Order: sequence, then structure tokens, then C-alpha cells
Amino acid sequence: MGVADFFTTKLDAALGWARKYSIFQYPFVTACCGMEYMATACSHYDVDRFGAGLPRFSPRQADVLFVVGTISHKMAPVLRRVYDQMTEPKWVVAFGVCTCTGGFYDNYATVQGIDTILPVDVYIPGCPPRPESVLDGLMKLQDKIAVGRQRY
Amino acid sequence: MTPTPETTSATPPAAPSRHVQEIFLGEGVPESGTENLVVNLGPSHPAMHGIVRIVTELDGEQVVKTDVEIGYLHRAFEKECEIGPYNAAMPYTDRLNYVSPLINNFGFCSAVEKLLGIETTERCQYIRVILSEISRMSDHLTCVGASAMELGAFTVFLYMIKAREFLWEVIESVTGARLTISHGRVGGLKADLPTDFEAQVRRAFAETRTVLEESHKLLTSNRIFVDRMQGVGILTREEAIAYAVTGPLLRASGVPFDVRRATPYWVYDRLDFEIPVGETGDNYDRYLVRMAEMEQSMRIAEQALAQLPGGPVNVDHEGRPFALPAEYVDRGKLGKTEGLLITDIRLSPNLAGQERRHHEKVNAPDKRTVLPPKETTYGSIEGLMNHFMLIMDGFGIRPPRGEVYFPVEGANGELGFYVVSDGTDRPYRVRCRPPCLPPMAALHLMLEGGMVADIVPTFGSVNMIGGELDR
Amino acid sequence: MQGPDILARLQERFGAAVLATHAEHGDHTLLVGLGTLLEVLRFCRDDAALQFDMLMDLTAVDYLTYPGREDTPRFEVVYHLYSVPHNHRVRIKAGVEEDAPVVPTAVPLWPIANWLEREVWDMYGLRFAEHPDLRRLLLYEQFEGHPLRKDYPVTRRQPLIGPRN
Repeated sequence: MGVADFFTTKLDAALGWARKYSIFQYPFVTACCGMEYMATACSHYDVDRFGAGLPRFSPRQADVLFVVGTISHKMAPVLRRVYDQMTEPKWVVAFGVCTCTGGFYDNYATVQGIDTILPVDVYIPGCPPRPESVLDGLMKLQDKIAVGRQRY
Repeated sequence: MTPTPETTSATPPAAPSRHVQEIFLGEGVPESGTENLVVNLGPSHPAMHGIVRIVTELDGEQVVKTDVEIGYLHRAFEKECEIGPYNAAMPYTDRLNYVSPLINNFGFCSAVEKLLGIETTERCQYIRVILSEISRMSDHLTCVGASAMELGAFTVFLYMIKAREFLWEVIESVTGARLTISHGRVGGLKADLPTDFEAQVRRAFAETRTVLEESHKLLTSNRIFVDRMQGVGILTREEAIAYAVTGPLLRASGVPFDVRRATPYWVYDRLDFEIPVGETGDNYDRYLVRMAEMEQSMRIAEQALAQLPGGPVNVDHEGRPFALPAEYVDRGKLGKTEGLLITDIRLSPNLAGQERRHHEKVNAPDKRTVLPPKETTYGSIEGLMNHFMLIMDGFGIRPPRGEVYFPVEGANGELGFYVVSDGTDRPYRVRCRPPCLPPMAALHLMLEGGMVADIVPTFGSVNMIGGELDR
Repeated sequence: MQGPDILARLQERFGAAVLATHAEHGDHTLLVGLGTLLEVLRFCRDDAALQFDMLMDLTAVDYLTYPGREDTPRFEVVYHLYSVPHNHRVRIKAGVEEDAPVVPTAVPLWPIANWLEREVWDMYGLRFAEHPDLRRLLLYEQFEGHPLRKDYPVTRRQPLIGPRN
């Protein structure tokens, strides 16, 4: 009935609000973007004020997989495995152009975009993206988390 | 509960496999009664330095054997450099040692300049020294900060990244980007320094000195830090030389080898600095060497700033007043192009630092290599032709056939570029000698015999940068 | 020792085994044949006047498309040596034919050659005789081909490998 829907949508909204402000990231850092990730996570461009300041280095405990830096073909199976090991609900952020499309590494060794192996929620382009871009991407991810249907 | 039919089955459950028996009952195993455990410190791990896979065989907490596997960030740098003209390799060199990208840029440019046989201007060399030292400092700050964080000293990490931000703001005001700057060009630089550079650098260095002092107070005589780092991850002098380890690791093992002193390049022979040398080659010595090197880098940069030459002042050659543009066009059509170089062209603010009066200060006076200043390109036909000739396919920088090796002191050690040219505008072979490959090859020596918990600080003090290691 | 003296000393010791020398751009270089390569390297390391105790770099170059070098061996393996006590450098090169790409290993002389030779094998396909552990260094085992060779196009795609089970 209508009443039940009212409760579930309010519950969805509440859960979305809670989830978006408590992001536990798994920073899968490989390359240069890692330096900008560090800069974003530290005091100057603090990402802790978004609730995303605690990285969890275990896929079981993390919600968001930040793929930071170029993924080579040697690394791709590892990335896929980490993604598979994460528990629902989970989101993926492609940080940096190398993860979005392969960047300017159009060669035999680079995966041309991680969306060939994982479903990606937010793409943050830049080589490396400025911390302001990263925070913008993070806010878009937060909107996505809050607005989408919540998985229980 | 109703009994399930399986419980009344006649066949007993299968006996545990022999392997399981061995582990749990200790039967049929070597006399020590234990088996070594193989643990994989996988490519994705919390130590934020880089992706490497260390397969360790453990006897309790002791590391018996390690096998280090690299290559997870292989991005075909050497192959990509062969595609484009020489200056197109600049963004790729940025991403080699991405924490000190200016050193890689300038190293590559210097190698090609050596191949071409051209000499850059003095001001350019001083600027390269200053920017390299700032880059070196940002590398050491990141390394020491990250190693401290891995030991639990999160505050030091935050302080050092804060200092790094000040340095990056300085770099951003010079080059336009914080990290991947592509500032070097063969024959010079992209642009000159901004006018308030010296003031910015003094402010940034003052902040960095405060941070270094605070970090010293927090770490250097901290009981926990010293206990974890001293006597751990030792690399003896003989091992270091046999494994061709250079840089802070070699200096921590007692060998005072620094490329800036051994084969001075740019203007390092005019600057006065010390080379900090350690004694035992353990992690603590490496930490002290890096902290001391940061202080020396600041000293070098300040001396270079004081000695920075002004460079030739741009002369308005003819002294002719600016005339109507139409008149210039008419004169140009008639072929009378002398004096047209003084056309007053105002460049976009994005091109600040690249105006003609700055151009000569930082670029070699070599028309075959260096792009002309924008006023000349847009203001005269010779300039435009020169610009085109350098940019078009098949033309451009064409060093003579031959090979050259140019070593610079990177933040991790000797960064060498071996460039082979076949006379065309594309490099035939570009080889980067990675300074962190030898320490990673020697990592097993540093880890074996130690404990599992020592792997992380040792790996942190090696400062492996994936971009450089795997290229 | 100065560069020309180093080359002179090597030439006096090895005589006819030295195929060529040059000192272009200030880098003193010696070209030897594969047969005498190991002896030359050993002499460089052990001789008191030379004492090249550091193998700075070991790499290879593929001269397939180099104009004017069609009749020389296809590959050239290049050793950059440095001496810590004397602070001098030298470059030793040896040509490697395409149909017999086997080079004597320098691992007994300098342990760093282990990884550097693995990289040359990975990128060029040059085998090193008696190398203790010749496997790929930077690429994965299922990778086909040797990418830095000139006939390997940079944009060739490899099939994606799945997670290990």
C-alpha cells in the first residue's frame, strides 16, 4: 500500500544520508594519482570533512573502491579480485584518466579504462586531477549514493 | 528435531588428508616439527609507496626467504618515447619518478642536449638546479612522511604533506601544474620564473624548515621509532655496491657517492653543499640521510637563487616606434621584413614567462632546437617558419646519429638516460636507468633474517616509486 | 683515469678482441664480440687500475630499423660501468645476432645483473646463458612477444588475463 512505500522511501533516504557521509574507501593506489590522492586526504584539502577520511585496506570492510592510477594488464586480475571480494553495497571511483580511458598510455601494457573490467560509478578525469576535482567527484558520488535505491 | 537420514549412514566420514594431518599433528614433517608459511604481501597493500608483490616464506615471525615481483605498473615508457618527437617524451618522463618529476624532465632534456652538443644558458641551468632541489625535497618529504605513517606516526605524515603543499604551490606558480609538469624542453625550459618567485620560495622554505624541526622532535629520538628502525633492513657497503645501489641508500651505507659531486652537471660545481653519509646502512640511517638531504637541498636552492643571473636583457633592436599594423602588412607583402620583429604583440596571460624578453634567458640560442618566442612566431614570417619547422613531422629536433648516457642525481639515486639517435626527429631508443631498481633487487637481502613487521618500514625506506621501477 | 686511458688499457690487454672504440659526446665506448665479452667485463671489474665495481646499467638496443646498419648484428647489449674508488665510467657493447640471441650472463660478476638481464629477456628476448632464474621481470608470464623489439607495434593488445584461482 502507499503507507509501506512511504516508509521504505524514507528509510532509503535515511540510509542514503548515512551511507554518503560515512564512506570507507579502499584506495587502490598504483601511480602518480596516488600523490594527489594523498594530498586530497591530508590537511590542506581534507577529505575527512566529507566523512571519507578513513581508508580501510581490507576489501571486506570498504564500501568505495578508489582506483587511483594506471592499471596495467598485470595488475588487472588483482583489481578484479579485490572488487569481487568487496561486499555490497559498493561503488567504484575511477580516479585519473588512466583509469577512465587509459590516459595517454595507448599501448600493450595498459588497460584502456577500468570500465572494461569493473562497473564504474564516478569518473574523475585529470592527469592527475587536482584535489578540487577529486572533491567534486566525491560529492557527485555522495549524491549518487544518497539518491539511488539502497541495498539492504 | 527429526533425525536426518544421513546420520544413520554406515560409511564413516573420510579421514583428513595427509597434508592436514602433517600440519596439525606434526607427523611426517621435518625434524623441527614445523613447516614454513608462505605469505603473499600482494600487489595491493596499505604501504602507499608502490605496487610490488613480496612472497615471503616465514618461520613464525622470521622471514626466511623472499621473492620480490615487480612490473605491476609497466606502462611502456621506453616504447612510447620512440613514437613521437623528442619533446613529446616530456610528459612520459614526468611520470617516471612522479614525486620528483622535474628531475626526470631535466635529466632527459640534458641527455638530448648532450647528444646535440648544445649548451643551455646559465640562467636556465640555475633554474634547473633550483627546481630540481625543490622536487627532491618533495620526494623526501613524501618518503619520510609515508614511512612514518606506516609505523603509526600519522602526525608526521600530515605535517610533511603540508610542507609538500607549500612546495607544490611554488612549483605551480612556475610551471602551471602541481605534479606532472612537463616543464623542461630540449634546449631550455618552457618559461621563465615568475616575478615573485624568490619571495614564494623563502616562504615555502620557512614553512618546510618548521615542519622538519617538528618532525625531528617527534621522530628522531622517539624510542618507538628508533627501536623499529635501528638495526633493521641493513644493507652493507659491499652489498650496496655489488647491487649498484645509489642515492640515499648507498650514502646511508657509508659510500659518499653523489652524482652532483662525482660528475657535476648544470651549475652544481659552483654551489656549496654537503653530502650526508650514514654508517650502518639500516633504516634509521636512511631516515637521517634523507632529513639531512632536505636541509642541504634548501641550502643549494637558496645559494642558486642568490647567484641567479639576470640573463641578457631584451633589446628593442632598431628602436623603431610602433607603426600601424596595416603598414607592417604592406611592408611584409613587399618582402621588406627587417624591423618587423619589433611588432608589439601582447601575449595571453597563460603564456606568462614565455615572452621574448624571458625567452633568451632560459633557452639555448639554437634555432634548430628551441621554439622561437611567441612574439616572433606570430609577428614575423621567419619566426613562423622556424616554429613550423620545429613542430612538423619529420622536421624538428634532429640530433646527429649516436648514443649518449647522461646521469643526474635523482631523489633515489643515479637516474641515467641513455638515448640513441638515428638522425631523424624521433628517438631511436630511450632507456631510463631507474634508481630504485637496484634497491628492489637487493630488497631480499634487507628483509631475510628480519621479522615480518620489519618488512613495511624497510620497504618504506627504500622509497620504491612504481613509475620509475617499472617504467 | 681519464676515458682515453681506460680504452687504451682495455685495448692493450685485449688487442684484437676489441672490435671498435669511440668517444662520441664524451662517453668512452668499447665494442667487443660476444665470445670475449665476459672476459672483458671480468677484467674491468678486477683490474686494480680500472676497478669497475658497479654495473650501472645493462640494456639492449634493437638496430632493426636503424638506417645504415643492415649488415651489423641486429641487437646490441650495452653495459654501463662505474667505478666508485676511481670515479670513472665506461660503456661496453657487444653485438648479438638475431638467429642466435644468447649472451653470457654477468650475474657471477655483479648480482644486480640478475634483474637487469631478466628485463632484457623480457623486453628483447635475448637469452642469458646460465642465468639462475631467467623469467620475465616487468610483464606477466602469459604475455606473448618481446615488446621493445622494433617489429612489435606499441598498440598491440594482449588478451586480458583473469584472476588467479
